[in-house]
Amino acid sequence: MDNILNLLWLLPALPLFGFLVLAIFGSKFSKRAIAFIGVGTVGISALIAIIIGISYLTHTPPGNSYSQTLWTWFNVAGFSPSISFYLDPLSLIFCFVVTFVGFLIHWYSAESMEEGEGYARYFAYMNLFICAMLVLVLADNLLLLYMGWEGVGLCSFLLIGFWYKDDENSAAARKAFIVTRIGDTMMLIGLFLLVKSFGTLNVAAILSGAPAVWTQGSSLAFWGAFLLLGGALGKSAQFPLQVWLPDAMAGPSPVSALIHAATMVTAGVYLIARMHVLYDLAPAVQMLIAIIGAVTLIIAGFSALMQNDIKRILAYSTISQIGYMFLALGVGAYSSGVFHFFIHAFFKSLLFLSAGAVILALGDEHDIRKMGGLRKKMPVVFWTFLFGAGALAALPFVTAGFYSKDEIIWYAFASDKGSIWLWLAAFGGAFITSIYTFRMVFHTFFGEQKTEISYVPGNRIKIPLIILGILSLIAGFVELPEWMGYFAPFSKFLNTALPAVSLANVAGSTETILLLINMIFALLGVWIAWQFYKKPQLLSSLQTGAGKRLSNFLFEGWKFDWVYDHVFVRPAVWLSRIDKTDFIEKIYGGVGGLNLWLNKMFDRTENGNIRWYTLGVAVGAVITLTIILFL
Amino acid sequence: MIGGILSLILRRNPVACKWIALLAVLADFIMMAVYWIINYDNISVLKEGAWIADIKKEWIPQWGASFHFAMDGLSLIMVVLTLFLGVVAVLVTWKKTIERVGFFYLNILWLLAGVLGVFLSLDLFLFYFFWELMLIPMFFIISIWGHEKRNPAAVKFFLFTQGGGVLMLIAILALYFIHGRATGDYTFDYFELLGTQVSPKVALWLMLGFLAAFVVKLPVFPFHSWLPDAYTESPTSGTIILAGLLSKTAAYGMLRFILPLFPAAAQEIAPYAVIVGVVSILYGAKLAFAQTNLKRLVAFTSMSHMGFIIVGIFSFTTLAYQGVVLEMVAHGITIGALFVIAGAINDRIHTLDMDKMGGFWSQIPVMGGITTVFVLASLGLPSLGNFVAEFLILSGTFQTYTALAVLASLGLIASMIYSLVILQRIFHGRERSQLKITDFSLREKMIMGSLIIVIFWIGLFPQTIFNTVKPPVGILKTHTVFLQKDNNDSAIELNKDIATGWWGHQPMLQSGNKTMKVFPAFTFDYTQINKKAK
Repeated sequence: MDNILNLLWLLPALPLFGFLVLAIFGSKFSKRAIAFIGVGTVGISALIAIIIGISYLTHTPPGNSYSQTLWTWFNVAGFSPSISFYLDPLSLIFCFVVTFVGFLIHWYSAESMEEGEGYARYFAYMNLFICAMLVLVLADNLLLLYMGWEGVGLCSFLLIGFWYKDDENSAAARKAFIVTRIGDTMMLIGLFLLVKSFGTLNVAAILSGAPAVWTQGSSLAFWGAFLLLGGALGKSAQFPLQVWLPDAMAGPSPVSALIHAATMVTAGVYLIARMHVLYDLAPAVQMLIAIIGAVTLIIAGFSALMQNDIKRILAYSTISQIGYMFLALGVGAYSSGVFHFFIHAFFKSLLFLSAGAVILALGDEHDIRKMGGLRKKMPVVFWTFLFGAGALAALPFVTAGFYSKDEIIWYAFASDKGSIWLWLAAFGGAFITSIYTFRMVFHTFFGEQKTEISYVPGNRIKIPLIILGILSLIAGFVELPEWMGYFAPFSKFLNTALPAVSLANVAGSTETILLLINMIFALLGVWIAWQFYKKPQLLSSLQTGAGKRLSNFLFEGWKFDWVYDHVFVRPAVWLSRIDKTDFIEKIYGGVGGLNLWLNKMFDRTENGNIRWYTLGVAVGAVITLTIILFL
Repeated sequence: MIGGILSLILRRNPVACKWIALLAVLADFIMMAVYWIINYDNISVLKEGAWIADIKKEWIPQWGASFHFAMDGLSLIMVVLTLFLGVVAVLVTWKKTIERVGFFYLNILWLLAGVLGVFLSLDLFLFYFFWELMLIPMFFIISIWGHEKRNPAAVKFFLFTQGGGVLMLIAILALYFIHGRATGDYTFDYFELLGTQVSPKVALWLMLGFLAAFVVKLPVFPFHSWLPDAYTESPTSGTIILAGLLSKTAAYGMLRFILPLFPAAAQEIAPYAVIVGVVSILYGAKLAFAQTNLKRLVAFTSMSHMGFIIVGIFSFTTLAYQGVVLEMVAHGITIGALFVIAGAINDRIHTLDMDKMGGFWSQIPVMGGITTVFVLASLGLPSLGNFVAEFLILSGTFQTYTALAVLASLGLIASMIYSLVILQRIFHGRERSQLKITDFSLREKMIMGSLIIVIFWIGLFPQTIFNTVKPPVGILKTHTVFLQKDNNDSAIELNKDIATGWWGHQPMLQSGNKTMKVFPAFTFDYTQINKKAK
């Protein structure tokens, strides 16, 4: 079966081919042809990913991994990263999600992006993104991973600023690129450290060699793990680098679904799961990850409560959900984190796509207060959105999100690295999630219609929505908790690549109790959202004085932008403005000026006036004599 | 050079001039490229310190000066780059009407000849001769065919580089006499001078003399003052050569002369040099960010990138040396391309003020796409050449100067910021003016296309270049004591070497001179080089 796994290189190569064709000849093609190439290449990629997955499952290669080397990138002084791909359960799951969800989103955008210019450019960028993302997850060494890592950042930049004529979009794109670059640079420094310590960036070599080279808890291990974490924080929009993601919603909705919800923003989760050995060696950093996850999910959850732009709500909720994944990684529950990524990819891309359909239908209306009554008018969008919302709010039993999220909440308490505080944060976050999610559902689909529908979505939009909707309900059944019979093929599959979570000694009854509380509060959140929706006066009574200031504070994402703007951006701009002409220049200019001045002075002495000359001779003689006599 | 004289003779016929210029450079380029490809297998397996070709003719025997040309992998790469950019520089002026066209191409060709001579000379007198030879045509190019403020810019350029050059001349002469007095053999020959015994203090001063010329040409903070004016006022082809090649001669000079001739002194000043390099990176980036004139902005980015070169040279690791060589090539291509774009925009809308640009993408998507590629190269996107180079430089430097390498890495964030300024102010955003602009012509597309292919090639398959320069870079290692074990297959073993000194500076070499061996010169069947000497 090796020959089927040999197709691995085609996964990124096909979208790359699509990108090249569209980038070079795109302007000459008809829209039909563009969509055919753009969607087709990703579709074939998805198909190959599924075939590879089946072949992997039926004929698992020895050592649970398979690698394919294309060529040696370079070889300098024994340091030789290669262009080679590495397939194991972790990368397989990511590949599947990237190509499959990517394909559905491409399909969807074939219709939703049809209006307006730049159809070829759009698909070119999207294909390039899929290619870069696949390079990222398939890379067998960190340098190649970094290539994919920067590649997805680039595509994110290009697609956020897709409607480039608006200065605001350009600013949002720039912000996303620069903020993530800060994290990327930390990661790059981390790579230098790894090169210095190991002489290689090959993932497998580092993971097997690290315990022998770095001792548990040593400062080297700390810095190595910490610097890589920096990269993950930037890419995954975690505290304190989360500020770029809400603005990134300036891009088209399918872009938000693909890049800023399903795939790219989870690259940080992938990186940490991939390099898990380093985090085992640096327990302090691992604890930091859990804390960052908890803090982020609370911060973002509260901000999501206050937003009115439907995409911004979803953006904050993405930050918050990735916070859950980080929390899982931080308490050592790697496979739970990846499981939540897997489920989240379905329901969050679904939510973005249905929100996109709503926005499209209402003529580019983003404000949920101006929507309403769409339940009857757009039943498909309503039901799929509801499925996605249910999964996001983790409504018990019927939604996939319930299984993935409750697993994390449970491990936040029960893992030997967990604590009651982490559990409280995770639990509180889940409660808030269900409130803001259903606030959004009620405002958008219930009540009276406030804006006319100007566009009715066709099949190319509906079918991807339905597929994702079904997955948001049933995908959770691949991993059932222990009390439901412990059917967990997903984590068993992953545990060949990632260590299983180690539990503290907790009584079984605790799990049942905590779980019950969770379920009750998730439903309670829906009820509260309904109450606030029905009685707007409840809300306005809270919106006075301190309450108003607080809600403003939350609305602006806890004022992070304001702080960064004043601490970093403005001083830098100010500094470069005052020194635009370069102060060094003035020094050289001064030398030149001094010479000119001296020239003028000496020029003056040559005035043809005999008295001056005599005086000069006399003074010179006196000075000379003085020097001779006294020195 | 021959072409240059011919084009002067034929100055009444502009078409003939440019064809002669093109053919002369192109023929040379094809010759060298073919030579490289054919002999690649031989070159990459050469022993350390072996020369590909070596030619010596008497010149002024009384002084011990000779026409001594030799080429190793490093020279070969630089020569090919020179000729490649030379072709580009000739082609960008193809459609322009130029006054005194014969004299213009004469200057361009003489300039290229000077650069080639610098890359090939192994006689210090000859080297200095070519070094100065570069200066004069460049001065004319700026002062005759430059933009509005060309005269002050040309004078400034001349004064700065001449100042550095004179100091180098003094150092060369001093070395000549010291060696002559010690051995009785008065010679400028590189191989003879390599073994000269000089007291550490004198060596330091001599090295500073050489360094003066190189840091001005590179340029490095705080000797960069001539750079924005000269780069901005020079015509496009002049700027391409100035930024793409002349700065590389300085980097080449450091690798070829400073490190082998004065290894101990170089080690002594290394920390300061790296600090200066880091300052250049960050300060250059900061100045670039502040500019509104497109050419000035690109000029300062060049300074910022040159900082990486000096950081790499003085970090004494093989990783960084290879990175430096690749950075020289990658930066030459990138900066050349960016100046071609700047020139193309200036030709079309007669301004370089970026405040007047914006939203050009819809009018000129091809130029926008191509600019995007080179802007990304400049900000160090992996898969393009500059990334591999800067990664190796920083990674190598990290092993010697951890904290400084971290600071230099901040330059990567800064480079992102100014690079996006280029892209977004010109092509994105709303249209700030009514300017009409036309897209690249077929000729320009071909120029840019070949540059794009090269930048991807060295980004994805840089090994060709690494193999070619392996012998000369390997020999640098024996000149300076290396801190890192080379070609170490076992990663863990490598780690043991380094683990002792992590986080602080590695123990530096104590001063004192090493005696250098004279290397056997390998002579291949090689005749082309003769032609260039004439």
